[in-house]
Amino acid sequence: MLELAIDLLLAAGAITLAVLSLAAKKVFTAIVLYVSLGLLVTLIWARLGAWDIAIAEAAIGAGLTGALLLAAWRRLDDNRTAEEGVADGKLKLDGEDSEHV
Amino acid sequence: MFDRLVLHETSGTKPALKSSTKIACGLASFALSGGLIAALLLSERAGPGLAALTASRMDESGVENPVTAVLLNFRSYDTLLEIAVLLIVAVAMLSMQPSATNRSMVEVNHRHSGDPVLAGLLRWLVALATVLSGYLLWTGAYAPGGAFQAGSVIAGACVALKLSGRYHFFWHPLKARLLLTIGLAVFVLVGGFCATGDKRVLEYPLEYAGMLILIIELAATVSIAAILLLLFTGLQDDKPDATQAGRPST
Repeated sequence: MLELAIDLLLAAGAITLAVLSLAAKKVFTAIVLYVSLGLLVTLIWARLGAWDIAIAEAAIGAGLTGALLLAAWRRLDDNRTAEEGVADGKLKLDGEDSEHV
Repeated sequence: MFDRLVLHETSGTKPALKSSTKIACGLASFALSGGLIAALLLSERAGPGLAALTASRMDESGVENPVTAVLLNFRSYDTLLEIAVLLIVAVAMLSMQPSATNRSMVEVNHRHSGDPVLAGLLRWLVALATVLSGYLLWTGAYAPGGAFQAGSVIAGACVALKLSGRYHFFWHPLKARLLLTIGLAVFVLVGGFCATGDKRVLEYPLEYAGMLILIIELAATVSIAAILLLLFTGLQDDKPDATQAGRPST
């Protein structure tokens, strides 16, 4: 019973995060939600007993893809006029935090 | 979010889709996903799969973890091509890098006065990640783990180093190119040497299989880490003087 509840929560959370990530207005929000989705999917793989995929998903899917997306997001941001210099530095630190999770 | 991406590439001249087109697209994707779900529900379950066959031949693989056995022995051709694909990505990315061949691979900016807390954390974190990566590589022989996971952990540690702002990586020196290619080179060499005698390519001799797999995975770990880090450093250009030369015109 408890296991079923955990599985249902994981599935609902994954779908919710996927929808939120796709519907997010800001690219940065979408990236953070996508990284969170990766971590949740890691838990789902672990629940399915696929430990190899769980480790790969955590390291590549959530960690490195998040870092790559954030770097690409900064490139997008640089193409705009450099109006958010201060906010940019702050958000870069936020990106590091999500990388270390 | 996607309209913003398009906005930057076409500088805002693209008109919005007509509502009839939107409805048609929605109906089409709804029908497609409905058809896929119906096909999944209506089709019979596939057979037992290859798990039993893999389990029965484990003693020929040289390792104890079935996933590693399939990836590096039974279907090692797949993994070889995966690493080749990664190398192609690296070559494409390399052309966008600053072509300063006189730089060394890793440059430390001693004048950079970064966050001391971050520097202190990284001193522990990078060492921990390196040990963890070695553990993941070694444990791949009999438990979940392996080259891809180990390589991405090292790459993650190097991404953290790069983000600290003190370290810069350049990929045109010979040493760096060696790191990028060693995975595929070792894999091809080992596979080729196996073909001497009456065996086929990538058919490891039974008594050396475990050691050969470990050698291949070790080289692949190095290359995967280097290529993933190259992807990140290729995207992240924070120093105009360091990377402006190789930056593509956008």
